[in-house]
Amino acid sequence: MTTTTTALIPDDVLPARAPSGARRRRMKSMYPSWFYIPAAALFLVFFAMPTFASFYFAFTRWSLFAHTFIGWANFVEFFQDPQLTTGFINTFIYGFVTSAAKVVLGLALAVLLTSPVLGRGYLRAVVFFPVLVSTIGVGLTFKALLDPFHGLINGVLKNVFGITGPGWLTDPHMALLTVAAVDVWKGVGIATLIFIAGIVAVPQEYFEAARVDGAGSWAIFRRITLPLSRPAMGTVIILSLIGGLRSFDLIYAMTQGGPGFSSDVIASVIYKQYQAGFFGLSTAGNVILFVVVTAIMIPVSRLLNGKGAEEE
Amino acid sequence: MFSRRFLVRAAASVVGVTLVAGSLAACSAGGSSSSSGSGGKVTISFLTQNDSQSVATGKKYIAAFEKAYPNITVKMDTQPAGTQGDNLTKTKLSTGEMDDVFYYNDGSLLQALDPDKQLVDLSDQSWVKGLTKDFKQVVSTSKGLYGAPVGTSFAGGVLYNKKVYSKLGLSVPTSWAEFMSNSEKIKAQDPSVTPILQTYGDDWTAQLFVLGDFANVAKADPKWASNYTKGKEKYSNQPALAGFQHQQDTKDAGLYNKDFASVTNIQGMKLLADGNAAQYPMLTASLATVAQNEPSELNDIGFFALPADNAADTQATIWQPNAFYIPKTTTGDKLDAAKKFIAYISSSKTGCKLQQSTGVVTGPFVNSACKLSGSVPAAVTDEQKYFDSGATSSALEFLSPIKGPNLPSITVQVGSGISTAKQGAALYDQDVKKQAQQLGLPGW
Repeated sequence: MTTTTTALIPDDVLPARAPSGARRRRMKSMYPSWFYIPAAALFLVFFAMPTFASFYFAFTRWSLFAHTFIGWANFVEFFQDPQLTTGFINTFIYGFVTSAAKVVLGLALAVLLTSPVLGRGYLRAVVFFPVLVSTIGVGLTFKALLDPFHGLINGVLKNVFGITGPGWLTDPHMALLTVAAVDVWKGVGIATLIFIAGIVAVPQEYFEAARVDGAGSWAIFRRITLPLSRPAMGTVIILSLIGGLRSFDLIYAMTQGGPGFSSDVIASVIYKQYQAGFFGLSTAGNVILFVVVTAIMIPVSRLLNGKGAEEE
Repeated sequence: MFSRRFLVRAAASVVGVTLVAGSLAACSAGGSSSSSGSGGKVTISFLTQNDSQSVATGKKYIAAFEKAYPNITVKMDTQPAGTQGDNLTKTKLSTGEMDDVFYYNDGSLLQALDPDKQLVDLSDQSWVKGLTKDFKQVVSTSKGLYGAPVGTSFAGGVLYNKKVYSKLGLSVPTSWAEFMSNSEKIKAQDPSVTPILQTYGDDWTAQLFVLGDFANVAKADPKWASNYTKGKEKYSNQPALAGFQHQQDTKDAGLYNKDFASVTNIQGMKLLADGNAAQYPMLTASLATVAQNEPSELNDIGFFALPADNAADTQATIWQPNAFYIPKTTTGDKLDAAKKFIAYISSSKTGCKLQQSTGVVTGPFVNSACKLSGSVPAAVTDEQKYFDSGATSSALEFLSPIKGPNLPSITVQVGSGISTAKQGAALYDQDVKKQAQQLGLPGW
C-alpha cells in the first residue's frame, strides 16, 4: 500500500519535473535552492526509491533471502488468479456503492443539519463521531453485533419484530454489502462535513431571492443547493472513491475476505499474498492496484474539477 | 496456514515451549568479552512466542537450565506466532539478528527458511538417535538435521463425545460409510445433538476433512507425497480428492450445526464436551481448551482417525511438535551453550518432565528419551492405539514443502456449499502451484 500512497502524491512534486519548475520559481523564491535539499533527500530515500524498487521487485520471485527476475510472470499469475477476478469485481462494487451512498446520505444529512433544527450542533457531532473511532474497533464491534445467532442485531430482530435475521457476515451474498454499509456508517460524517461547508458557503441572497419568487423547498434544493454544492460533491466523490477502492482494514477486521473469498477485494488479496510469503507477486499486485486507482481517479478528478471550475 | 494458525491459539496451551534472548547485536558485543576469558560466564538469547503460556513455559525452562548450568545465562525474547512470526523469523535470519536458540515449526515452514544456509547442523548431537523416524524427516534436509523436538505430537481426526456414542449405542467407525451411517443415526435419534460439528468462525478448522485425511491417502499410495512435491499428483484426482468430497457429502447430507458459519473453535470444543455435538473433525491439540475450561469433561472426549472410503486404508494423521533451532550466526562459546540448552530441554529427565507438566498431553513424545507419565486424556489413549498398530502417517505439511496458503478459505467454501468438492480441489491445486514456484521446485 506504500506504493499507492506514495504514487498519489501529485506529479509536480516528483523530482523528475523539478528542474523546470525550480528554474521558474527561483526568480521569486526567497529561499536559496539548497534549502530544498533536506526535504528532497528525505523524499528520495523514503518515497521515490521504495516506489521505484517496488516496480523492480514486481518482476521478481522474491523470498527475502533472494530474488530471481521472472519478467511478466507475476502479472500473468495475478490475472489468472480466480480470487483476483472476484477481488476486482468486489473492489468496484465496494468502491461505487460506498461512494454513492456517502454522497446521497451525506448530502441529505448536510441539508438537514444546515437547516434550523433543534440541537443542530449536537446532531452534527453525533454524525461526525464514528469518523473518530478506530476502524478496526468499529469492525470488531460490528462483527460481534452482527453475529447471526448471538449478536444484538439479530436478537432485536427476532425478539422485537419476530423476524429471523440473515447471516449478515456469513452469507456469501450479503457479506460484502454488510461491510459496505458499516463503512458508510463510519465514513458518512466526513462527507456530511464537506457538504455542510459547501452549503454554508452559498450566499444567503440566492435563497432569499428564490423564496421571494415563490420557489418551494424542493425547487430551492434542486435549483440552488444541489448545483452550488457541486465542488463539495466532487471532493466527496474523489475522497470516498479512492478510499473505497483501496479499502482493506474494515473488510479484514469484519470478514477477512470470507466466507471463502466472497468479500475479498484487491487489497485483501494482496495482503494475503504478502502473508503467504509471495513478496514478488504481492508487489506486482500493488503496482496493478496503483495503476487501476490512478486510471480511474485521473479522469474522474478531471471531470469533476473541470466542471466545478467552469461554474465558478 | 493450518499449523501456524493453530499454534497461535492452541499451541500456547499445549505442551509448549518457548524462550527468547536478547538481540544478537547486543550479544555479540557481550560475547567477545566473555569468550576471551574462557571458563567465564556465557549469555545466550532464546526466542519464543509472545503468548502468556509460551512465556511462562520459557521461564520455567530457563530457570531449570540455569540451575543445572550455573555458568550459562539465558535471556528470553518473544515474537508473535503465525504468519507475522514467520516473516519476522525470515527477516531476523536474513539480517543476521536471530537469537542464539529459537523455537519454530518444522516441515514445510522450516524448509522455507533455507536451513542449509541459515541453521547449524545438529546431526552429531547425542539426542538425535532417540528421535522417531517421522520427526527426523521433518527437521532434516539432504545435508543435515537442524531441530530438536519440544513438546508432544498431536493427531488430526475426529474427536467424539463418548457419552453420546454409548447412549445411542454407536461404535467407532472404520470406513467412511460407517461414519456417515453413525451420523445419520445421531440425526434421527436425537435431534438436539449436532451429528458433525463445524466451526468456520475460525476458518482454519475447516481444513480438517482434507488435512486429516492425508494418512489415508498415504496408505492408498505411499509415494503420493513425493510425487505431489514433483508436481505429478493433484488434489483434483483420487485418492486426495476424497477429503474435499467427504466435506461436501457431509454438508449435502445436512449433518452440520446450523450456526456452523460463525461458531469458533473454543465454542465448538465446549459444545462437544457438553454433549451438544457428537463428532468434531479436529486436532487433539484442541483438548487443551477443554482441559482449561471444562476439565471434568476431558475424559468424555475420544478420538478416532478420519475414516477412509476403504476401511483398510484408515490411518491417523499425526502433527509433529515444534523444535528448537540454532542459527549459523551463533558461534564459539555461545554455540556450545546453545547446544547444551537444547539437549537439556529436549531430552534430559527434567526437560521431559517440564515439557509434560507445562501443558496438556496431546499425543506421544517423538523422542525416546521422554516418556509420558501419569494419567493422560482418554483421547490420547485412543490415539496411542494407532501408534501401537503402526497405523499413522505424518501430515502432508511435514512430508512436502508445499502447502497452499488459501486452504482455509477454500475448505470454508466447500463446507458452506459455495463451491463443490471438485471446484475446491481445482482451486487448491492452483494455489499450491504458486507456493511451489515461489520455492523454486522443479516440475512446476
